[in-house]
Amino acid sequence: MSSLQQITAVTAMNLKTIPQRWGSSGVIVIGIAGVVGVLVSVLAMSVGFKKTLASTGSPDRAIVLREGANAELSSSVTRDTVLTLGELPGVAKNAAGQPLVSAEASVILNVPKHGVKANVSMRGLSLAGVALRKEFKLTDGRLYTPGLREVIVGAQAASEFDGLELGKSLHFREADWTVVGHFTTNGDVHESELWADGETVLAAYRRNLYQSAIVQLVDEKAFEPFKKAVKADARVQVDVFQEPAYYAEQSKALSTVINVMGTTVAAIMAVGALFGALNSLYAAVATRAKEIATLRAIGFGGISVVVSVVVEALLLAGLGGALGGGVAWLMFNGFSVSTLNFASFSQVAFKLTVSPALLMKGLFWSLAIGLVGALLPAIKAARMSVADALRAS
Amino acid sequence: MKYLPFLWHSLWRSKTRTGFTLASIMVAFMLYALLQTVDAAFNRGAKISGTQRLITSSLYTITESIPLAFGQAIASTPGVKEVSSSTWFGASYREDKNRFAMFAADHLHHFDVIKEITLPKEQKEAWARTRTGIVVGKGLAERFGFKIGDRIPIKSDIWGQKNGSYTWDFDIVGIYQPADADNDLRTNNAYLRYDYFDEARSFRNGTVSLFIFNVKDGYNTAAVADAIDKQAANSPNETKSQTEAQFSQQFAKQLGDIGIIISGILGAVFFTLIILTGNTMMQSVRERIPELAVLKTLGFKDGQVMGMVLAESLLLCVLGSAAGVALGALATAALRKPLREFFPVFIMPGETVAWALGLGAIIALAVGIPPAVRALRLSIVDALAGR
Repeated sequence: MSSLQQITAVTAMNLKTIPQRWGSSGVIVIGIAGVVGVLVSVLAMSVGFKKTLASTGSPDRAIVLREGANAELSSSVTRDTVLTLGELPGVAKNAAGQPLVSAEASVILNVPKHGVKANVSMRGLSLAGVALRKEFKLTDGRLYTPGLREVIVGAQAASEFDGLELGKSLHFREADWTVVGHFTTNGDVHESELWADGETVLAAYRRNLYQSAIVQLVDEKAFEPFKKAVKADARVQVDVFQEPAYYAEQSKALSTVINVMGTTVAAIMAVGALFGALNSLYAAVATRAKEIATLRAIGFGGISVVVSVVVEALLLAGLGGALGGGVAWLMFNGFSVSTLNFASFSQVAFKLTVSPALLMKGLFWSLAIGLVGALLPAIKAARMSVADALRAS
Repeated sequence: MKYLPFLWHSLWRSKTRTGFTLASIMVAFMLYALLQTVDAAFNRGAKISGTQRLITSSLYTITESIPLAFGQAIASTPGVKEVSSSTWFGASYREDKNRFAMFAADHLHHFDVIKEITLPKEQKEAWARTRTGIVVGKGLAERFGFKIGDRIPIKSDIWGQKNGSYTWDFDIVGIYQPADADNDLRTNNAYLRYDYFDEARSFRNGTVSLFIFNVKDGYNTAAVADAIDKQAANSPNETKSQTEAQFSQQFAKQLGDIGIIISGILGAVFFTLIILTGNTMMQSVRERIPELAVLKTLGFKDGQVMGMVLAESLLLCVLGSAAGVALGALATAALRKPLREFFPVFIMPGETVAWALGLGAIIALAVGIPPAVRALRLSIVDALAGR
């Protein structure tokens, strides 16, 4: 018998006995399912949050902030700056020859979320600024009327916060603002915002400065030359970012925290599951002691015994990984939550995302735990003294 | 008690099995201790804050400012003691990643209002003399190696000076110490003088983020808060006054329900643990059926044998949970420094130990009852015959 045939024969024999010891095999499956379930569920938050922020904006648009300000919240941009930006190379123009630059105000409102006051971002911009977003779709109602205190509400904000249905009104800054429409922007971060007319927002907040300017470029490649021109122009002291890069940067801090925490918790759990796996694999080897000794006595090699133990462990571990990932996917994929994004100091709603890559990661973890857990019991099995094992009662 | 050596002996009947099971119980409880610490770290602000202390800020959000002049109105409201203000500076030291919490405060009153932090008298006087002076918490001084007399550049991501620069040079004139250094976030803060700050900054002059003050004994905080907010009602700068505890809680709440996430994780951990330990206990009793039958033959009552199995489970789980929490406390201490930026205060709450032991006992019952019942029902004849 070749060694490969030996291995297959012993492994097949071993796997057939698993149903007889479901109790202890089940420990491996459940233990690892727990680890992978927690890992995948927690990291799904990070993946979802990253996805929402990174999908915001378009590479052919630039966001302009005050020099040194790392977010809209701490930025301010004058009307002169907005005009100057429009004169620079690479900026797209409309049919009338006017530059496509949108001056945007950004303020924070208190809107209740399940009864608790939460910070929600309100963007003030012109209708031309709305039109600049090709991803914008009005799903219900109508656009706000310039000059009136009317707001349109992003889909995520509408479902996450209380009292943002069509026709409802919000009271702030000594006035009532009416919700006249709902919109989507392809699932990005703007869906957590309220939009209103820029000048009306500035007037209500008695401000004269916008927070940022969004510039529509002729195409993606125009970004670098535009940035150079901005930096070379002495009239403006601003920083320029490509929109997706700017929003991806905002997701970094929170997703790093979630990743580190999720991985740490899962790693500690993995150690616990490893002990469980060791327990049941040692037990499995012990119940098979006679069988293994008999095989060795009639000429089977130690390696085929080792492989049979490892394959059993990997199989059970893989099953556990698939179970844990599957449960996490069923329970949490698409589950909508919201948190405070520190970069904007306002709530961002996002959907937990159990991506295929995340499931693969979970499976990889489960197999790694299985492999490590199988090693010692397998070596014990291979080293077992044939005579002693056969004599044992 | 006299059975303890016997229990101990039968517990370690299979050394590897008991060792691994104990280890997995320990790991689960270590995780429990760590996650309780994280949960506490998120809610810590709320716990240390006073309930006799009020904070008045803009009705809309904390990012809005309110006029400094409103401080006079607050100070003259009946029941209000000294008033200090606080304005977020958005500070970082040398590099953007070295962010810390710095506030412009009323240097004449701040340490009278927040009595939990103390600054030596001569340092207070030095602060009153030095317009560009700042006082830093002990924790912050340790983090960056600040010493009194240092002149340091601090970048603000909000406030520019009238000369256009966002980098401010400050003199460290004092290092304050919180009374309860381990539990007080303020150990990682710094304060600059509001009068200097307001004169030097280029915009929003004459405004503050919030006012902070204590309410005299015998006055109802809610009534005082109402009286203050009424004075600002229908003005362009409406205010919201609330206790410091409520103010802190609103931040923790905005992050989302950390508590639910942590409970979810712990639920998965303990479910796994029960399955795992339950299986081991069952296996261990199964192997010992002839022995248990012998015990019964010797005259041990059914109940006694069942009690012994339960006691064994209890011993294993409580031992594991105690050792696990001890490990957790050690891990918490080791993680305190590396995590300082995310969790300024990272300490295991005292009640965690009691909770862990209680949970250990509950798990012991959950995993011990099925094998214990089996031991109870054991018929001597069948067991000895190996049926």
